[in-house]
Amino acid sequence: MTGWQWLALAGLGAFHGLNPGMGWLFAVAIGLQERSRTALLRALPPIAAGHAASVLVVAGLVGVFQSVLATRFVAIGGGVVLVGFGLWRALSKRHFRWAGMRLSPVQLISWSFLMSSIHGAGLMLLPVLVAGPAPAGMAGMHDHLAAAGASLWTGLAATAVHTVAMVAVAGVIATVVYEVVGLSILRSAWINLDRLWAYALVGAGVATVAVAVSS
Amino acid sequence: MALWKPDPSFYPSPRQAVSAPPEKLAYLAAFDRSAQQPDAIAVLDVDPDSGRYGQVVGWTDMPYVGDELHHFGWNACSSALCPYAPHPHVERRYLIVPGLRSSRLYVIDTKSDPRQPEIVKVLEPEELAKQAGYSRPHTIHCGPEGIYVSALGGADGNDGPGGIALLDHNTFEVLGRWELDRGPQYLAYDFWWHLGHDTLITSEWGTPSMVEDGLVGELLLGRKYGHALHFFDLRKRRHQQTVDLGDQYQMALELRPAHDPTKEYGFASVVVSVEDLSASIWLWHREGDRSGSHGAASRAGTVGQWAATKVIDIPAEPADPALLPPILQPFGAVPPLVTDIDLTVDDKTLYVSCWGTGELLQYDVSDPFKPVKTGSVRIGGIVGRVPHPAAPDQPLRGGPQMVELSRDGRRVYVTNSLYGSWDDQFYPEGVGAWAIKLDADPNGGMSLDERFFPNGDDFRGRRVHQVRLQGGDASSDSYCYP
Repeated sequence: MTGWQWLALAGLGAFHGLNPGMGWLFAVAIGLQERSRTALLRALPPIAAGHAASVLVVAGLVGVFQSVLATRFVAIGGGVVLVGFGLWRALSKRHFRWAGMRLSPVQLISWSFLMSSIHGAGLMLLPVLVAGPAPAGMAGMHDHLAAAGASLWTGLAATAVHTVAMVAVAGVIATVVYEVVGLSILRSAWINLDRLWAYALVGAGVATVAVAVSS
Repeated sequence: MALWKPDPSFYPSPRQAVSAPPEKLAYLAAFDRSAQQPDAIAVLDVDPDSGRYGQVVGWTDMPYVGDELHHFGWNACSSALCPYAPHPHVERRYLIVPGLRSSRLYVIDTKSDPRQPEIVKVLEPEELAKQAGYSRPHTIHCGPEGIYVSALGGADGNDGPGGIALLDHNTFEVLGRWELDRGPQYLAYDFWWHLGHDTLITSEWGTPSMVEDGLVGELLLGRKYGHALHFFDLRKRRHQQTVDLGDQYQMALELRPAHDPTKEYGFASVVVSVEDLSASIWLWHREGDRSGSHGAASRAGTVGQWAATKVIDIPAEPADPALLPPILQPFGAVPPLVTDIDLTVDDKTLYVSCWGTGELLQYDVSDPFKPVKTGSVRIGGIVGRVPHPAAPDQPLRGGPQMVELSRDGRRVYVTNSLYGSWDDQFYPEGVGAWAIKLDADPNGGMSLDERFFPNGDDFRGRRVHQVRLQGGDASSDSYCYP
């Protein structure tokens, strides 16, 4: 992966961290409920872990597919999935069930994983992940395995960079809202990111397909 | 259509909701006891600067007769900001209005013309029965997972159990029965929750056969009406604990949990004790937590069992049997009949309606274990028939019944009808129809607003039951942040 790809992964991480639905708001709520900043900070690792797991699924799949298929096909296939998912997000009005305010760390990881997955957090990274060249040659079976191994490591690294950026931004926002700004900010600043996300997913999907077809 | 910014009537915390702007309109459920005319939602002008202040300025008839509109609620409210299932861009614009007798549910849009709300959907009783197995929908609450509707009765010929159905807050379709495990709970009435503690509480009245034709004396004296509170895990939808108040405490109805989500206490009202006709207010709390319940116990991981403590006793008032309706003549006394209570958004003041004696009481509940009476206003009543100062020559029947509070706690709205067949038993000469407003002093005390007295023909022959305030009120919104 090139420098700008790493940068883009981190940037998208920051974008995800910004979204109240991805976890910082939950961390603030837990902090307020327990009247403790420590409780707020304790909520961040499970949120990050769930988000990372969700992203890793996509990054890992892209890496594995890329090592056995031409990048172009992965890009086109992934792009189509992305457009479909984005449209579903834009049109669907379903919302989250089963969770509550008092979750154990494991439940919080699951919540974050599901929240990130249904929002398509990992899929949004697709254009960046498929932008680079396939990690290895296309010769024998042995090479395939080695390539798959290498791309898994790349996927892990991509997930790590993305998640660190995400949780850093989420943590800063959560702390600032908890300590300084207060919750009234929600009333004015909580713009409908769900809709924005849906459009971003469709846009990313179209761009991925377009680039792959024209290259 | 979803909004780009959160609905401006949503507030993350009760502390912020207290500063919400004053309401300009109020919605009232109005019903025709004779089922000759359709029931209606009446719209009241509650803007003191308006030329039509205190008047009925809008009216929406239902398409059928005999619904008996009762408690109703908003499609969405401040709980939409909850962090685990956020949907802050849903609009608060639809009233979900149940017909307690017909089991129909109406969805009424207040946005296109707030003074002339429009029915946009009618859910027939078959849908509630098929999807959730319930009938006689009663109380509506907007919650984190959608719209919750309590129902008194079962379906397909079953009298019970009553329980809670869940509705989708976009399509208004009945999603199903809420309870996964209802434990011993059979009777239903009111419900609300402690969002910060994933706890839902329900109360008990009776099944349809026990209430629809009026209060049944044998059932009351046989102590068969509800007298327990049920605590459920809101997340797992499972029954956790029953707290029995004692079977002499008949009809444990209204539930008003603290709005502060870190707290674990609330108030429940009991209509009548069969031992002395008194009414009572109970505080539910964690066992061993007498410190104002700041949730310290659950933070420390030592959560006690739920318990209930009687904190207010309201005695019956002796009366000349000649002045009493037949149902009360053997007792020679008027029971207070506490039929509704309401807690201010700041959790500091509790209002108590005594529908029998015709008295509205105000208590300082800053220490919930030690309420202090701070105000009392007499109006109507079985014996008193106290008139409103705006019409001092007009004796009033019915008493303070449903009570609703503005979010800042400064305005109190009250209506006078309880439930058709019960009105007829306790006020056999006719309960009339009136709505009043009181101005509350934040330091204690309240006084009737003499400019506000819509009554009688203003309501076109209907009786008036519950009030909802535009933008939200003390008994509609719940919060996930302290």
